[in-house]
Amino acid sequence: MVKFLVHDKVDSVGVAVADIKAGETVKGYIMEEGTEIEVVSKSDILLGHKIALKDVAQGDNIIKYNVPIGITTQDITVGEHVHIHNLKTARW
Amino acid sequence: MTAPKFMGYRRENGRVGIRNNVLILPLDDLSNSASEKVSNNVKGTMVIPHAYGRLQFGEDLDLFFRTLIGTGANPNVAAVIVIGIEPEWTNTVVEGIAKTGKPVTGFAIERHGEHETVRAASWKGMEYVQWATELQREECSMDELVISVKCGESDTTSGLASNPSIGNVVDRMVEMGATVMFGETSEITGGEDIVKERAATPEAGEAFYKIWSDYNQFILDQGVDLSGSQPTKGNITGGLTTIEEKALGNIQKIGKKSKYVGALHPAEAPTGKGLWFMDTSSAAAEAITLWGAGGSVLHLFPTGQGNIVGNPIVPVIKVSANPVTCETMSEHIDIDLSGILRREMDLDDAGDALMEMMERTVKGRMTKAEVLGHVEYVLTKLYRSA
Repeated sequence: MVKFLVHDKVDSVGVAVADIKAGETVKGYIMEEGTEIEVVSKSDILLGHKIALKDVAQGDNIIKYNVPIGITTQDITVGEHVHIHNLKTARW
Repeated sequence: MTAPKFMGYRRENGRVGIRNNVLILPLDDLSNSASEKVSNNVKGTMVIPHAYGRLQFGEDLDLFFRTLIGTGANPNVAAVIVIGIEPEWTNTVVEGIAKTGKPVTGFAIERHGEHETVRAASWKGMEYVQWATELQREECSMDELVISVKCGESDTTSGLASNPSIGNVVDRMVEMGATVMFGETSEITGGEDIVKERAATPEAGEAFYKIWSDYNQFILDQGVDLSGSQPTKGNITGGLTTIEEKALGNIQKIGKKSKYVGALHPAEAPTGKGLWFMDTSSAAAEAITLWGAGGSVLHLFPTGQGNIVGNPIVPVIKVSANPVTCETMSEHIDIDLSGILRREMDLDDAGDALMEMMERTVKGRMTKAEVLGHVEYVLTKLYRSA
């Protein structure tokens, strides 16, 4: 069962479409390409929340929809929950 | 794409409505009481109380008049009674609405008192309701419609599924020759360059971009930012982290192909068919009030966490792809699109479901927001009254 969706193949995050548990190996679907990927989750991630698909250093962009959606406030590794604790807007 | 036919209300100026309201429209806060009394006396009327109309000036006053006149002029309205404290501004609204050719009468409370005003307006209201309820629907075409789109209490499911489903329908409606409005100026922040590029002409793109940058500058000039408001707390609970992420989800609603032909001031009516940007707040009730004043007769509203907005004259069709929202708030959600997240449904399937629900709604089926009595009417205020 696919548990997260990814807008674009270059995106650094996917979106959980079902609740995900820490330690779970979860399957995702890249909508733009129609292909599947697999990631081991490091966090409990609720439906609608984001899971990291790439390692991203502090201060770098997170990419979703193939567009930057903000800047990381700490290093992020694959499988981590990405939200307000480690990502902020680049606008203000 | 051939535009489906439906039975609608063709008004005196040729515009097509899908509802047949007799409005009791207060000019100002002081006249809400008399207006509500008239509405209580005359069944079949819709009263829309609001908070303003006194000592406004300049651009704020222009917007106020444009909104009230536009509301009365909307093709979903058959006839209007305007009640104001004094005759001059009351007449400004009456004369503006009268340009459509529909029946409209104004009543001023000064020199008459509330009892006498209520008595006279109730007689006129009875006449209007009996006249309006004899109007017959006649054959109209979906491409004659003006509609609007805006999301609310979005979450990541909005950008994944419900917003692109609306975009699928916007592409179909624009292609068939209908008129569609989108807006939400502050909520395009992060996607403003993408929206600028989606203009049909460089002039339209520049006009949009000026509106967006002026408002962004207005925010910055306050010495604050929109953290805590954009995204909302509900957006954040639903998994949205930043304004850029919210904006990129938001703009899925304008479809993949459609290009907007112009940028409108708040409450301004489009001058032709196609897709239009309107400068609006991102707050649901304010924005839908402005589109209603611009002539929208039907609003498509995707929600993630569950915004429950309605409007007194514009039916709101609500869709969601969040399975928890669809389950826990089903009395608000007209179409459940959560199948997209489970890959049981694609965007074309969702577009088909939306088109079918739109056809049923324009023929007369009440939306859930209408059945629940959601009649949020909120005027946009640009600055303090004098």
